[in-house]
Amino acid sequence: MTASRLLKQSLLAIALGTGLAGPALAAERELLNSSYDIARELFAAINPEFTAWWQAEHDEEVEISQSHGGSSAQARAILQGLRADVVTYNQVTDVQALADGGLVAEDWQAQLPNNASPYYSTTAFLVRKGNPKGIENWDDLVREDVEMVFPNPKTSGNGRYTYLAAWGYADDAFDGDEERIHDFMRTFLRNVAVFDTGGRGATTSFIERGIGDVLISFESEVNNIRGEYGEEDYEVIVPPVSILAEFPVAVVEPNAERNGNLDLARAYVEYLYSEEAQRQLAGFNYRVHHEAVVEEFAERFPQTELLQVENIVGSWEEAMEAHFAGGALLDQLQRR
Amino acid sequence: MSRLEGTQRIGDAPRVRRLLVIAAVALSALFLLLPLVAIFAQAFAQGAGVFWTNVTNSYTRSAIGLTLFITVLTIPVNLVFGVMLAWLVTRFRFPGRRILQTLIDIPFAVSPVVAGLVYLLLYGRNGWIGGWLDTHDIQLMFAWPGILMVTIFVTCPFVARELIPLMQAQGSRDEEAAVTLGASGWTLFRRVTLPNIRWALLYGVILTNARAVGEFGAVSVVSGAIRGQTNTLPLHLEQLYQDYNTVGAFASAALLALIALLTLAAKAGLEWRAARQEAST
Amino acid sequence: MITLALRAGSSPRRVLPGFGLSLGVSLLFVSLVLLLPMTGLFGQLADLSLAQYWAIITDGRVVASYTVTMGAAAVAAIVNAAFGLLLAWVLVRYEFPGRRLLDALMDLPFALPTAVAGITLATLYSSNGWMGRLLEPLGLQVAYTWVGIALAMAFTSIPFVVRTVQPVLEDLPVEVDEAALTLGASDGTAFRRVILPHLWPALVTGTGLAFVRSLGEFGAIIFIAGNMPYETEITALMIFVKLQEYDYAGASAIASVVLFVSLALLLAINLWQGRFIKRLHGGMG
Repeated sequence: MTASRLLKQSLLAIALGTGLAGPALAAERELLNSSYDIARELFAAINPEFTAWWQAEHDEEVEISQSHGGSSAQARAILQGLRADVVTYNQVTDVQALADGGLVAEDWQAQLPNNASPYYSTTAFLVRKGNPKGIENWDDLVREDVEMVFPNPKTSGNGRYTYLAAWGYADDAFDGDEERIHDFMRTFLRNVAVFDTGGRGATTSFIERGIGDVLISFESEVNNIRGEYGEEDYEVIVPPVSILAEFPVAVVEPNAERNGNLDLARAYVEYLYSEEAQRQLAGFNYRVHHEAVVEEFAERFPQTELLQVENIVGSWEEAMEAHFAGGALLDQLQRR
Repeated sequence: MSRLEGTQRIGDAPRVRRLLVIAAVALSALFLLLPLVAIFAQAFAQGAGVFWTNVTNSYTRSAIGLTLFITVLTIPVNLVFGVMLAWLVTRFRFPGRRILQTLIDIPFAVSPVVAGLVYLLLYGRNGWIGGWLDTHDIQLMFAWPGILMVTIFVTCPFVARELIPLMQAQGSRDEEAAVTLGASGWTLFRRVTLPNIRWALLYGVILTNARAVGEFGAVSVVSGAIRGQTNTLPLHLEQLYQDYNTVGAFASAALLALIALLTLAAKAGLEWRAARQEAST
Repeated sequence: MITLALRAGSSPRRVLPGFGLSLGVSLLFVSLVLLLPMTGLFGQLADLSLAQYWAIITDGRVVASYTVTMGAAAVAAIVNAAFGLLLAWVLVRYEFPGRRLLDALMDLPFALPTAVAGITLATLYSSNGWMGRLLEPLGLQVAYTWVGIALAMAFTSIPFVVRTVQPVLEDLPVEVDEAALTLGASDGTAFRRVILPHLWPALVTGTGLAFVRSLGEFGAIIFIAGNMPYETEITALMIFVKLQEYDYAGASAIASVVLFVSLALLLAINLWQGRFIKRLHGGMG
C-alpha cells in the first residue's frame, strides 16, 4: 500500500535534498581553503575582502570555500584526496606532512616571508579575576595549589606548544640539567586537571565548568575567550618567556593546478601578508609582521621573549620523535 | 487471599505498582528527559530570534539538505539488503548461516571513526581502489558518495536486526502454504510476508533514519567538512561548537533533537496503528 | 503435529523461493560494504611484525584504557540491566498517564546524535550544571571521572535492554502469573522464580549488546571523560590519538583488539540466542 507513496516521497526528498545541497553560489572559480578549527570567523572576515580585491584587480568573480577541523585531520584528508587549493594551519608539522607527501613544495617555508607564516602567536595564560593564585610565570604552574587546563599534547597542536613552552622555560631555568627538567615537567603534567582533546574543550572546562586556576592556550585564543566570556571576569597573563607559535600557509600545488586555480591560490596566500589582511588578523588578536599594523596594535601585544621550537628541541621533526610519539618522553613523564 | 480471584498478576498491588511507576518515571525524567530539555534551553538561551538566525543561516540550510539527501538514499539500500538477509537467514538453513548473521553486526563492533578510516584507506587517494579512481578523476571520498558509503556501513544492521527475530518467531508456515497454493516469489512476499513484517520493517527504517541523520564519527573522517558542500548537520554542529558559537551549535543540536523527536513520534504512531489493527482483526 | 513435523524437517528442503537471490544479494552486500573495507584494516596490520603489534596493544597506557573502558562498560551494563528491566516491566504491565510518552522516550538515545548527547551530558553534570550542582555537595563527582564515562555509556545503550526485554514480556501469557500466585508465592518470589527465567535470555542479550555498544562509543564519552592518562582515558581515545600521529598501523592494531572482543561477544550472543530458541521450541513440542 505504501510502496508507491514511499517512492514518490523519497524522490521528492531527493530533489529537495540536491537542490539544497548544491553550492550556494555559482561563481566561475572556487578556491578551497583547508584550515584549523577555530579560524572560522577569521576567514569569514578575510575572504570577502579578498574576493572584492580580486574582483577589482582581475574583473573576475571568485568564491572561497572553507573547510575547518583539527589541523592533523585536515592534512590527512588532503593526503587522502581532499582537493584543497591552499592550507592555512596552526601547526608547521601538518604542512610538513603534506610536503612529505609531495603535495606541497619541499621548500615551502622559503617561498613566502617569515617562514611562510603571515601571522603568529604565543602561548599565554588565562586566569580568573584578580589572579587569585598570583600566576605570572611558568614556575608558578608547578606549585602544589595550582591546577591547570590545557588540551592534550597527544591530540592537539595547541597542547604541544604549551608542553614545549614549559620545557623551554625549564631548560633555561635549570641550565639543561635533564633530571631537573624532567622533574619539573612531571609536576607540570600532574597539575593538569582535565586533558581535553582540543582547545575548545579545554576552554569549556575552564570557563563553563569552572575547573582549574589557569587555562593555557594561544595568546590570540585566550584574548578572544576573554572578549567572549567577560573582560571583567578573566585576565590574560603573557609570561615573560614563551614560545613562538607560527601559523603556516601554503599552496597545495598539484590540487590548485588540477582545479585551474594556481594563480588564485598564490594570490590568496600572498594576500594574507597585505596591510588589510594583517589588520584583520591583528583584530583577531594574532601577532602580525606588517609594520604599520604592528605599531597600531602595539598595546595589545606585550613584549615577551619568544623561544623558537628549533632552539628548544632542534626541529618539529625531532620534537615529534623525541617527545610526542608513542612511548616517547611525554608518555614516559606521564607514566605511573 | 484475595489474589485467587480473577486474573491477578504479579506486582499488581497498588503500592508496588505506584512505587515502580514513580521510580521508572523519575529515573527516566532525570536520565533521559533532562538532557533533552537542556539542549533546547541552550539553543534558546539568547532568545528565539538568535535561534532562528542560526537555523536559517545558508550553511546550516545546506547542512540540513545534505543530511536529508544522504538519509533518503541510505534507507532504500538498507531496506532491500535487510529484507534479503533476513529472508535468507530465517527461511533457509545453510552452512555459515550463523557467521553471516554475526558479520552484519560488524558495524556495531567497529568504532565509527575506524569505520570511516577503513573506507578512507581503501578509496582515498593512497588506497588501492582510490588510486585508480583518482587517475580517472572520480572522487568518492570528500564528496557526497563517500558520506553515503560510510552512512550505509554504519546503518546496515538495523533493518536486518529488527526483522530476523520476528521472522524467526513467526516461522515460515504461512509462506510454505502459499507456495503450495502456487504463489510466485514476488506475490508471496507482497501478500504473505510483508503484511506480517511491515511494522518491524518500518521500525528498522526509523532506526536507520535516526542513525543516518546523526552519524558523526565515520562521516567526519570522509567528509572533508567543506562548508556549504560536504558538511552534514552533526559536523556543522561540531564546527560551531569549536568556534565558540555555543548557541549556534545548540541550535543545530536542537534541530537534530527535533528530527529525533519526529522520528520517535512516527514510531509511536506506527505502533499505535499496529496495535489497533491487531485489535480489529 | 503436522506443522511441527514440517518445522523439524525444514532444514534440508527448500520449499520457499528466493534462496539464490537473497543469498546473492546478501553475500554481495556483505562482501562489498562490510568485508572489503575491513581488508583495509588488516592491510594496515600487515605492516606490523607480530612483536610490534604485541607491543602496541600491550602498552601500559593502552592496557589502562582497556581497564577503564571495560570496567565502565560493565558498570553501565549492569545498571542498565536493572533500570531497563524496571522500565520494560512498567511499560508492559501498567497503564498510567504518560505511558506512551515514556515508551517513546526510550528510543531517544538511539535517535540523538552521540556528539549532542556528549556535549549535553557534560554540561549537565559538570560542577555548575543542573545535576552537578546537586551532586557535588554530596561528594559525588560525575564529570571527568569514570562515573561520567559509565553514565555516558549507560545513556547511549539503555534502549538495547528495554527493547529486547519488552517484547518478551509482552508475549508472556497471563497463566504464568496466575500459576505462580496460586501457589501462594509473594510478588518478589514469584517474579524471581517464574518471570525472570523467561526474561533471562532477552535480558542477557540486551545487556550484552549494551556492553558491546559501550566498548566502541567515542562521541558521547569524550566530552565527559576528563581524558587523564591511566585514569579516565578510553580505548577509543587511544585510537584517535594514534590517528592524530598519522600512525594508521597503530590505530588499526588497537581497533582490531576492540573489533575482536566485540565480535566474539556478538557471536557468543548469537549462538546462545540460537540455542535458546531451539530449546524453547523443543520445550513446546
